[in-house]
Amino acid sequence: MTNSFEDLENTKLIFLIGSNPTEAHPILGVKMKKAIRNGAKLIVIDPRKTEMAEIADLWLPIQPGTDIALLNGLMHVILNEDIYDHAFVGERTENIQELKETVEKYTPELVAEMTGIEVELIYQAARLYAQTRDASICYTLGITEHVVGTMNVMSIANLAMLTGHLGRENVGVNPLRGQNNVQGACDMGALPDVFPGYQKVFKEEARKRLETTWNVSLSDRVGLTIPEMMDSAIAGNLKAMMIMGEDPVLTDPDANHVHKALESLDFLVVQDLFINETAKLADVFLPAASFAEKDGTFTNSERRVQRVRKAIEPLGNAKTDWTIITELSRRMGYPMKYQNVEEVFNEMTTVNPIYAGMDYQRIDKKGLQWPVPTKEHSGTRVLHVGQFTKGKGTFKGIEHLPPAEVPDKEYPYLLSTGRRIYHYNITTQYSPTLKEYQPEELAMVNPEDASHLQLKDGDKIKVASRRGEIIVATEITDRVPKGMVWMAFHHKESPTNVLTNGAYDPVSQTGEYKVAAVKVEKYN
Amino acid sequence: MSEIHEQQPITLTIDGKQVTVPKGVTVKQACEFNNIAIPALCYDPELTSLGSCRLCVVEVNGFKNLPASCVTTATEGMVIQTQSQAVVESRKMMLELLLADHPMDCLTCHKNGSCLLQDYAYQYQVKGELFAGNKHRYPIEDDNPFILRDLNKCIDCGKCVRVCSEVQGRHVLDYAYRGYEMKISTAMDYTLANSDCVFCGSCVAVCPTGALVEKNMVGKGRSFEVEKVKTTCPFCGVGCNFDLNVKDGRVIGVTSNPDSVVNGRHLCVKGRFGTDYIYSPERITTPLIKKDGEFVEATWDEALDLVANRLLAIKKESGNDSIGVLSSARCTNEENYLMQKWVRAVIGTNNVDHCART
Repeated sequence: MTNSFEDLENTKLIFLIGSNPTEAHPILGVKMKKAIRNGAKLIVIDPRKTEMAEIADLWLPIQPGTDIALLNGLMHVILNEDIYDHAFVGERTENIQELKETVEKYTPELVAEMTGIEVELIYQAARLYAQTRDASICYTLGITEHVVGTMNVMSIANLAMLTGHLGRENVGVNPLRGQNNVQGACDMGALPDVFPGYQKVFKEEARKRLETTWNVSLSDRVGLTIPEMMDSAIAGNLKAMMIMGEDPVLTDPDANHVHKALESLDFLVVQDLFINETAKLADVFLPAASFAEKDGTFTNSERRVQRVRKAIEPLGNAKTDWTIITELSRRMGYPMKYQNVEEVFNEMTTVNPIYAGMDYQRIDKKGLQWPVPTKEHSGTRVLHVGQFTKGKGTFKGIEHLPPAEVPDKEYPYLLSTGRRIYHYNITTQYSPTLKEYQPEELAMVNPEDASHLQLKDGDKIKVASRRGEIIVATEITDRVPKGMVWMAFHHKESPTNVLTNGAYDPVSQTGEYKVAAVKVEKYN
Repeated sequence: MSEIHEQQPITLTIDGKQVTVPKGVTVKQACEFNNIAIPALCYDPELTSLGSCRLCVVEVNGFKNLPASCVTTATEGMVIQTQSQAVVESRKMMLELLLADHPMDCLTCHKNGSCLLQDYAYQYQVKGELFAGNKHRYPIEDDNPFILRDLNKCIDCGKCVRVCSEVQGRHVLDYAYRGYEMKISTAMDYTLANSDCVFCGSCVAVCPTGALVEKNMVGKGRSFEVEKVKTTCPFCGVGCNFDLNVKDGRVIGVTSNPDSVVNGRHLCVKGRFGTDYIYSPERITTPLIKKDGEFVEATWDEALDLVANRLLAIKKESGNDSIGVLSSARCTNEENYLMQKWVRAVIGTNNVDHCART
């Protein structure tokens, strides 16, 4: 997030696109509702009638996969009506001409046709967002889980720059991060192209510094991403994998492909709490400790680094993940000597510039928001104040591209996926309490489609895509539009990702979880 | 409060002592600024004030009645008594009336030790024997796995009603019926499980008595028996903090920690009630090695030696880049740092990724 949760409470307009915070980020939903009670306006762009859509001033029910068209349409109106932020564009950005040329053709009338949104709503949303000084964009996976995910994000950046909604309090471009520590895992360099603190592996300066600290020589070649690892395993080049705290068979798109990849390996190690779908394929299973059994830190969506504190000893014979790694490392000839995780954190801060000024004492009570470059620095609530990391923000003309797979005669329904309030990805399946309350997936089906398929609430359907098929019970609801089936991916009994499309964004390599073509029939 | 502080201070007398407070504060706040505790059951600093429990009454010169201090604005020259005979008698009477219709089952009540009604009954030595009248006998609501709702213990303070509407924005609860029959209810008096409730449990966090408690904690440990360990939620990226309640080396549940910078006392159903996955019967706590297609239990030495030797062999045969590692967005920063360090420094490849993109 460029900004902080506090800004979302104080903003005057929330522009929510591809995000369902009252279920996926409930406490952020609470904060947004607080802003709304205090008079903030709400624009929701979502194909589903979510809880936030219901209370929105403007709800734009968008045809999935047409976000760029809509964003260009909004910018078309903003430029045409000359309600953009001239000062911000003049001082802090470049290349406005390219944007103007691109969005020129995206007239609201054309965009209405492409997106399925009424023309008048496009005008209203554009004016409201542009003319509210403190307006904050929030997005989640509805933006990124498309083959054009990166371009969607760039379009959002275009819109925020054009209207000067960056670099100060109560505005911003705010991706709401998914997992508890997805921000931190990225910050730590658990990515194939960067070391801790987003220092590129092929840049010599950072690599040399790490080589000195770690006393080894390091590869300058960018590594493989998850989808590339899977392809490489099937091709026979990747021979072994170690997987810690993930279940790609259940959570990655095109699950059958992932399954095949992992089966192709010579050696698979899984380190987890449970024999999940991935662990079933492992040669060795290493039992890890849960969050309650260890010390450490998580970094949240607003870049706040907070403590995780050990409450109990690891159960049975389980060990913390960090202990397992150090013990493996010692056996492989590289002893890692840490008395506790605080020592690990302290070493990390010496090689990670955005965490440099942190220590356990400083983050003890309230955490700190990175960047924290020095011990005196009190953390960063708002990014990009004064200037962007690269200097001027560059507008990019971005054209609409359709999803990789759209409904057709054979697969006439559009499958979209997401999260539900009672579950979190796959772990909550193991919570007896949550499992008792919501034991199974209920695919959302529009009443008109249900009537056509002769379905009653709770009936089972067989959903099939070009990649696989599953059986799932249904909930008949007008929260989904006609022609769409919506499912979460929490339940291994109805593994939604058998259906999803493995096509991914060429830059981020994020799969297109939000759009796949499926056929649906009643299952008896 | 910052706005209040910027205004002109006023001077008033509390319990014979002249004090200065910011203009605009309530009498209750004025007392608390000066370290004079005022009892209250329906008051909560995060919610609007009702002034309905009448425990916070004080005596103010010139006032005909005893005003509720939480809804009375302090004014220049006010003379306030917080412990006068009239005040104490009034508070005792209010407690007698509340206890007249309250189960005296503190011996088995989960809130024993953290119940405001019990605290004040003790402080004012009120036994609840003065009025022997009817007592409600509501059935205990236990048709959901999260919240145990015992309206017999409800004192109608309405904090649950206000937190649900004013903080969570859900409006699930309100007052229903009249007089003696008045109670807190969902729409149509359904159970929580059949209402729009999503079990965030904020009502449990603010309930002053045992009317709303965490079902999974009942019988497992009272507040004075548990050690509370503040930590960060393991589910979504909001990063709420809460207290793990530990008794005899076992986590028995989660309670709010008001000092949580992100979320205060508020959580969602997963954070408050879903961490029992720790003790899932499906949890594996012994290393396993697959032999002939079946997992067989192993020692750590056997498992780790096998992993180390196999990876070293594959590295030697097929090169560093023939090994790939997935780190985890669910693990700590320290673990992710070590994992990528291990991959880069020991395996010698940059083939490390995690589910940020999937």
